[in-house]
Amino acid sequence: MTYKLLGKNFTPPDVVAKVTGQAKYAEDFRVDGMVFCRLLGSPMPHARVRRIDASEALKMPGVVGILTADEVTPQPAPNPTILTNEPRYIGEPILAVAAVDETTAQDAIEKIKLDLEPLPFVIDPLKSLHPDFVDARLDGNVGVQGVKLQTLRWTEEDFAKAREEGHLPTGKPAQEWAYGDIEAGFKKSKLVIEESFVTASNSHHSMEPRTAMAYWQNGKCFVHGSTQSQSFVVPGLCGLIGIKPDELVYIAEFCGGGFGSKGSAYVVMAIPALMSKKINKPVMMRISRAEEYAVGCARVGFIGRAKLGFGEDGRLLAADMYIVQEGGAHNGFWDYRNAADALSIVYTPEAMRWRGVPVYANTPTRSAQRGPGENQIACALEPLFDLAARQLKIDPLQIRKLNAPKMNSQVGDDRRTVTSAYVNDALDKGAARFKWAERRARSGQRNGNKVTGIGIGQAYHPAGFNGFDGLVRITPDGRLHIHTGVGNLGTFSHSGTARIAAEALKYDWEQCVVERGDTRKHLPWNIGQFGSNTSFTMARTNYVAAMDALQKMKEIAAKDFGGKPDDYDIDGSRVFLKANRARSMTYAKVAERAIALGGKFSGQELPANINPMTKASATALAGSGLVGVAKDTLPAGGETAAFAVAFIEIELDLETGRFRIVDCLNVGDCGTVIHPMGLETQIKGGTVQGFGLAVLEHIVFDPQNGLPGNVGLYQAKPPTYLDVPDLQADWVDQPDPMSPMGTKGIGEPPLGAAASALVCAISDALGGYIFNRTPIRPDMIISAIAKLPPAHGPLQIHTA
Amino acid sequence: MAGFPDEASRYSRREFIKRVIASGAVASAATYIYGGLSACSTKGQSVVAGGVERLVSINVNGQLRRVDVMPQETLAMTLRYKLGLTGTKLGCDRAECGACTVMIDDVTYYSCSVLTHSVRARNVVTIEGVGGPNGELHPVQQAFVDELSPQCGFCTPGQVVSAVALLKRNPKPTRDECRAALAGNLCRCGAYDNYLNGVMRAAQGVSST
Repeated sequence: MTYKLLGKNFTPPDVVAKVTGQAKYAEDFRVDGMVFCRLLGSPMPHARVRRIDASEALKMPGVVGILTADEVTPQPAPNPTILTNEPRYIGEPILAVAAVDETTAQDAIEKIKLDLEPLPFVIDPLKSLHPDFVDARLDGNVGVQGVKLQTLRWTEEDFAKAREEGHLPTGKPAQEWAYGDIEAGFKKSKLVIEESFVTASNSHHSMEPRTAMAYWQNGKCFVHGSTQSQSFVVPGLCGLIGIKPDELVYIAEFCGGGFGSKGSAYVVMAIPALMSKKINKPVMMRISRAEEYAVGCARVGFIGRAKLGFGEDGRLLAADMYIVQEGGAHNGFWDYRNAADALSIVYTPEAMRWRGVPVYANTPTRSAQRGPGENQIACALEPLFDLAARQLKIDPLQIRKLNAPKMNSQVGDDRRTVTSAYVNDALDKGAARFKWAERRARSGQRNGNKVTGIGIGQAYHPAGFNGFDGLVRITPDGRLHIHTGVGNLGTFSHSGTARIAAEALKYDWEQCVVERGDTRKHLPWNIGQFGSNTSFTMARTNYVAAMDALQKMKEIAAKDFGGKPDDYDIDGSRVFLKANRARSMTYAKVAERAIALGGKFSGQELPANINPMTKASATALAGSGLVGVAKDTLPAGGETAAFAVAFIEIELDLETGRFRIVDCLNVGDCGTVIHPMGLETQIKGGTVQGFGLAVLEHIVFDPQNGLPGNVGLYQAKPPTYLDVPDLQADWVDQPDPMSPMGTKGIGEPPLGAAASALVCAISDALGGYIFNRTPIRPDMIISAIAKLPPAHGPLQIHTA
Repeated sequence: MAGFPDEASRYSRREFIKRVIASGAVASAATYIYGGLSACSTKGQSVVAGGVERLVSINVNGQLRRVDVMPQETLAMTLRYKLGLTGTKLGCDRAECGACTVMIDDVTYYSCSVLTHSVRARNVVTIEGVGGPNGELHPVQQAFVDELSPQCGFCTPGQVVSAVALLKRNPKPTRDECRAALAGNLCRCGAYDNYLNGVMRAAQGVSST
């Protein structure tokens, strides 16, 4: 299908502000009388605050106030707390001090006397499951959203048996599901592989730390925050501050990176608002890079075990996976469940069982990070398919094609059918462009000390939701205003999906205004900008709002010119009678007529099923033009699925263990393309982060003291220009049938595809050596080349 | 200047601390740990023990600006909190990320790790100063728009400044020279390819005019 706007590049309206420095992020706002606050983070990994003596601090000139845990909105355990009297990881905020400048606030914090009672702490989740346990929390050791807080122990026998097998113990799980008969599957398998693996936690490294500034004016709380999302933040943030949605003005027009860690309201962003309320002054809270490693969350780590049974042809007949999720001290994300879904759909096993335990540790809260669960598990599982291919003497491309999802494939235990899957098309397209066969022939080829390695990786993520609201408005100047409550994560999809509404109304893009980034722009209720969902979810909301506007345009024309609404059509600037185009009305005129007619035409009467937030926004806009507003009730069902496959060639130096990425091609299965340049940069950016996940990034906590090791960019190592070659991106431009114009998301899978392809390429260069661990660090490669055992134990985490 | 002066001239952390101490400021351990907390006051008298604001003149974007600065105040803080130039971003405040990159006498520096009093009588150019006087985009900025170089945009001002400085000293760089010159500017979105495309596009434009 040919579109007027979709599939074409455009200049997003926020990009010029980004290159000129005019884009205002949370720390760029100033208000008269603004003071600064600093946090006192816990010096202990787990402690109870017995007493706080702030008397000296409060006497210091320039200090204006203190905020303690007793003064903030309590959060039900085991949710993260705003401030706490029982800190559960080093750096967890205990209190905040406000002063005329930051130095004074920090000096005041130095003068506060804290009486802390140390409590037991644990870094390694396996220690918490052991009979000689230490628990991260006083109220339990296991839990996450969907699994209630509980105490769970494995037995000594579980550990003894696992030691004998050289594998992860598989004691009592907190959660499990299965479909099919795995025992029968393993029995009829020609090859059964069983491996235990570790994937490290890593930080998000958003370039903008989670700074926030807040003040109160005329009964409203104004918050400038750093979030990926806009409307979705409002209910959560109101809950944290303790106000009603109409009492919050939330501004997040720009966000300096989130990658999942700023998807919804997060606890520390409430501190300046609460402090400001107490001291009656605007409060800026800058978060330092070091603090960001504590309060900024991290990706979940896995300690897992996978058993895969293959038929002679390479078909995956049975899969059995167990994951111990290394969570933080509070409820975070549920990566271990997503990992199971990913296995079930990327490789479509005929029978599968998954078991898992989400364990708390005295380390920072784990939030979602780009492809949470799906991308770690890609790094663990993809090499096992290479191992199987090697043993069964099958091409690595073929084993993936054989097991790839098809249009009717199903996800997870409840067998949700995917709305579309074109993985085989992506593999074919990628293999052709990458010249797979030619490169494959070079695998293991020596050139002096250098050896060539070739790898393929694949990854999955759900790519859309439904049921949110759309709101558009045509004003008497003829312009189309697309009000969007989605955030600005940097994908430009706020505007890309706005073009769905423009497309539906045949608008010229120059006549369109994207209203976003500030609750005062009157925005609809939308889900946040996370989970690769925007290109699907927001396509639907903007489409239904545009369709509502279109219907109203036709009705107005029919009122004025006679006939039925269906007798009319639009051409991008006029509504006209199909039988006689002379009978027409400009969009501008239609907007004027809508205002004159009132009622539903200009937002005075609203559909009953829209969210109260949308209702309030539409009501505020009522009378200013023709208002199109609707809840997305389009046909829904199944699992919207995005996939990516990546191909990598590396050259590994057998003397130094260093390698160079020669080429990397990443191919997305992402529905109809909305914005080719935006898509390409998403795929390439995911590729870069994938390199980080595969070989560079991890957080390290000292098990003796609970101290964080990697608290600088140079230590935690996000990829730099010098780690990345020129990249290639491509895509399968196939529409998703559940999206009105075929669009679906793609943000997350390219990361996992690139990461796992790199892991596979390194293994390939080493003749099939399987590390079962990410990141693959240089010392691991050197040890593998030297045929020495690795420096770390098989299930050890937080290795240097 | 030959080679890559930005690499050679960027401060080491040690050098920076030495300068802070030499300037008589009290740098508490916590201040060091938490990273560059100095001088966030927008107005009024500072209350920091051992530090007194002094009036200095610095040339910023072609204008002589007179400003009261603390001895330990970094250029990034002065720009952002006293001169209203918030385009210079603070991503790490410890010379790791490059979001705060500015030019001082045409050489790139991490402004989070330059003391303001050390740039008296020198020419500082920030992101706000690279375009034309009437808001025209610099060829690098235009190329970054055309190549959709930014994603979240937070590192972009630093990327622009590093690219502008590169093209000043080397108007026709190779792609690898661009990569080396911008290597001190992290982009977590991973838009390196798009930034390099932008610098190469700008170089073509710059050299053809």
